[in-house]
Amino acid sequence: MIYLQLFLEFFKIGLFCFGGAFGMIPLIEETVISRGWLTEAEFFNLLGVCESTPGPIAVNTATYVGSVMGGPFGSIAATLGVVLPSFLIILLIAAVLKNLTNNKYFKGFMRGVKPVVVALILSTGSMLLLKAIGFAGLHEFKVDIVCLVILALFLGIYYAVTCLWKKKLSAVKVVLLSAGLGIVVSMVFEAMKV
Amino acid sequence: MLLELFFTFAKIGLFTFGGGYAMIAQIKEIVVEQKKWMDDEELMQIITVAESTPGPIAINMATYMGYKKKGVAGSVLATLGVVVPSLVILYVISLFLDTFLQNKYVAYAFTGIKCGVAFLILRAGFGLLKKVEKGLIPRLTFGIVFALMILFDLLSVSFSSVWFILMGGVIGIVLYAVLSPKKEVE
Repeated sequence: MIYLQLFLEFFKIGLFCFGGAFGMIPLIEETVISRGWLTEAEFFNLLGVCESTPGPIAVNTATYVGSVMGGPFGSIAATLGVVLPSFLIILLIAAVLKNLTNNKYFKGFMRGVKPVVVALILSTGSMLLLKAIGFAGLHEFKVDIVCLVILALFLGIYYAVTCLWKKKLSAVKVVLLSAGLGIVVSMVFEAMKV
Repeated sequence: MLLELFFTFAKIGLFTFGGGYAMIAQIKEIVVEQKKWMDDEELMQIITVAESTPGPIAINMATYMGYKKKGVAGSVLATLGVVVPSLVILYVISLFLDTFLQNKYVAYAFTGIKCGVAFLILRAGFGLLKKVEKGLIPRLTFGIVFALMILFDLLSVSFSSVWFILMGGVIGIVLYAVLSPKKEVE
């Protein structure tokens, strides 16, 4: 029953998502890869789309994965799943447990979770970066030169722009810049081969 | 009023890119400055609750604000408001993405985007790293979880990071609530 599976997996993701949208990316990656719902490459595409479309990243990924796996009802099931834990917890706090966020055990839990979440985000980011430049396993590391060049140019432009404007580039601009570099660099490499 | 809640949050969902924190600025502008539904202090209180509970911050804020304005019905409509635009947009994209990717240039663009998204995740992670508490145990927790996650990934061991989160939470409860029972003043 794919709808129930989608609902339950995304319910779990919504429940254990601490530290904003980026905190749930490690969980989403684990879930979709271990369930065989998406390949590593599809997961990258998904991230690119979800970071550059409006709305909460969590809802975007849930809708997308749900739709790929189970059509329109799949997307609704996954989205409901990811939203419901937040909705219920907040309702509970707003209506009944007004002081939950001041409870010392609750606060202790949240404080203890924080360094874990940061570690999860950074380790996921590092592995994604390695995979982006061609890492596929300890014995299969063929460096993807095109991606390496894109990455080097991207970092150069990003830091130049950040220094000049003294402003961080937004997520959408980062995606657009990297997309543009992807097209240009790939075309140059293609032209050189011919 | 209920419909207004829905449409206000739909607008917020439709016009904020980049998730969570970008949304807070947008919510402040619309809800506090334009609609005057609440003052800055109330908003701050809601942000604190939204940040210290699990789940996407935008959803948490919409639910809380909807409830404050119009009870349970309000919270349902405000939450739906944030969700529906994303749901529709991403559903439509999911129908066409595979076809788009057959196009050579779109595929090239996504080659670049791979690097871009990895960078975004690392940027968010380093931003949060600066806020990790000083002290041996938070740093040790960070180091151990980071090292184990990388190791598991390299060796293709599957281990759900939910367990790391729960362990961190238990350590937190023991450390900050059981062992140091002195009352904390916020």
